[in-house]
Amino acid sequence: MKILAMDTSNQVLSVALLEDKQIIGEITTNIAKNHSVRLMPAIEKLMQDVHVQPSELDRIVVAQGPGSYTGVRIGLATAKTMAWALNIPVIGVSSLETLAYQGTLFEGIICPFFDARRGLVYTGAYHWKNGKLETVMEEENILMTEWLTKLKNQEEKVLFISPDIASFEELIIEHLQDKAIIADTSLRLPKASHLALLGSEREADSVHALVPNYLRLAEAEANWQKQQKEKTNS
Amino acid sequence: MKKDTIILGIETSCDETAASIVRNGREILSNVVASQIESHKRFGGVVPEIASRHHVEQITMVLEEAINKAEVTWDDIDAIAVTEGPGLVGALLVGVNAAKALAFAKNKPLIGVHHIAGHIYANRLENEFTFPLLALIVSGGHTELVLMRDHYDYELIGETRDDAAGEAYDKVARMLKLPYPGGPEIDRLSTEGEATIDFPRAWLEEGSYDFSFSGLKSAVINTLHNAEQRGETLDPADVAASFQQSVIDVLTEKTFRAANQYNVKQVIVAGGVAANKGLRKSLKNRFSDLSIDLSIPPIHLCTDNAAMIAAAGTILYKKEKFTALDLNANPSLMLK
Ligand SMILES: [Zn+2]
Repeated sequence: MKILAMDTSNQVLSVALLEDKQIIGEITTNIAKNHSVRLMPAIEKLMQDVHVQPSELDRIVVAQGPGSYTGVRIGLATAKTMAWALNIPVIGVSSLETLAYQGTLFEGIICPFFDARRGLVYTGAYHWKNGKLETVMEEENILMTEWLTKLKNQEEKVLFISPDIASFEELIIEHLQDKAIIADTSLRLPKASHLALLGSEREADSVHALVPNYLRLAEAEANWQKQQKEKTNS
Repeated sequence: MKKDTIILGIETSCDETAASIVRNGREILSNVVASQIESHKRFGGVVPEIASRHHVEQITMVLEEAINKAEVTWDDIDAIAVTEGPGLVGALLVGVNAAKALAFAKNKPLIGVHHIAGHIYANRLENEFTFPLLALIVSGGHTELVLMRDHYDYELIGETRDDAAGEAYDKVARMLKLPYPGGPEIDRLSTEGEATIDFPRAWLEEGSYDFSFSGLKSAVINTLHNAEQRGETLDPADVAASFQQSVIDVLTEKTFRAANQYNVKQVIVAGGVAANKGLRKSLKNRFSDLSIDLSIPPIHLCTDNAAMIAAAGTILYKKEKFTALDLNANPSLMLK
């Protein structure tokens, strides 16, 4: 069974190939460059390097978000269309879970996050139990200060994993003090190989119905819904 | 025996998610358009982020329907053509990435198409081109006169110096409080009124084929404003008819003059505003007793669709103008 996985949901671009649960190749970069230009050539290069033809693929796994709206869509448009054309299953996996996978050796709470600007983060909390990630706190788009207050009530230590640690490290320590553990720089990037592993056994999504997980309404949509509510209230 | 050329076209530059299969650049095998108009109506215009969200939700369904309706297999398809620009960048990206995924997965050449080249080639789905030809391109983003001496040989001989014709329509429609999309509303309302108000027509310098609609737009604002101050009510149908007459007169007359000066054999009309009934009628009248062939596509081929992208892509396929997998969306792509 050959799985192609791709993640363009945040700044990191990662593509990986898994063959019978073995990671046989991965390309991961962490540069602020256009995913639209680089994704397909990265997939092509990886597959050439490991000698796999598109027609040999059995499944495609894609990071579904949250993250950059455009980045998530580039990944989904590519993964969905490829899966549809090859007539193979496609599976969407949370970008946060993918990042949380770096904490497999940790026994406490694993907290992956991405900077969502203006003090906000995309985040969630997980446990690694019996070889699986279990959700402790649901994914949210939330102010980091608010999220940290919630985490304070947890008894266990919390491992923070993020490519965006630098902007929040002080705040995390200030709130959680010695309860907080900051992941080493070697563990801070989401990897498509982990994405592939997470998606290797999950039930396939319907290719047409698979949509991004933005965790946030489009601004115009949110405003419109607010207006409708005000109209019905008055 | 010469083999047919079959191209799959994809178009997502604005608010229509579209896919189509075209044979030999002229014969539509399928033409699927998922419109988002209903969703954007709430906002009085296209919201880019919402358009992009709809595109990614629709894209594989639209592709599937296009393939099924055309009754072709992947072996029949020679290449994938996609709108690379201009347009809304987030919207374009969905189509571009879907096209790249298809090209890679099915090992087909990839072709990037200019959206306006698509509008021009929509005509070829109805009438074969006869060169030299003059194309009048009128849409929400464009008002241009382009001379073509051969396929994919574009010489710009006139363009708008400010608003595009479609843009002027949208703005005036908003002043008249007409629902979105405003262009077809003005066109419809015009038939109920009389062109009683003498709005300006911007002819610009002698011999210029450029356009300008900002003066006309201001004149409409002033007229409405002055009437309001005097406590008069103008019939919106008359305002619409007068505005439309002013736009159409200039478009028709400049096209007519350019067609004669450049001795073209054919005039083609392209872009969303080519669906305007008033403009269609005016052009038909002006060109009625000339030897110049006038081609205006049926309305469903004037608005955005992917058949036009496949039709334009067919020419690039013949010229072997293929694109690498690093193709990007280009919101301000130039026509060349
Ligand atoms: Zn258009």
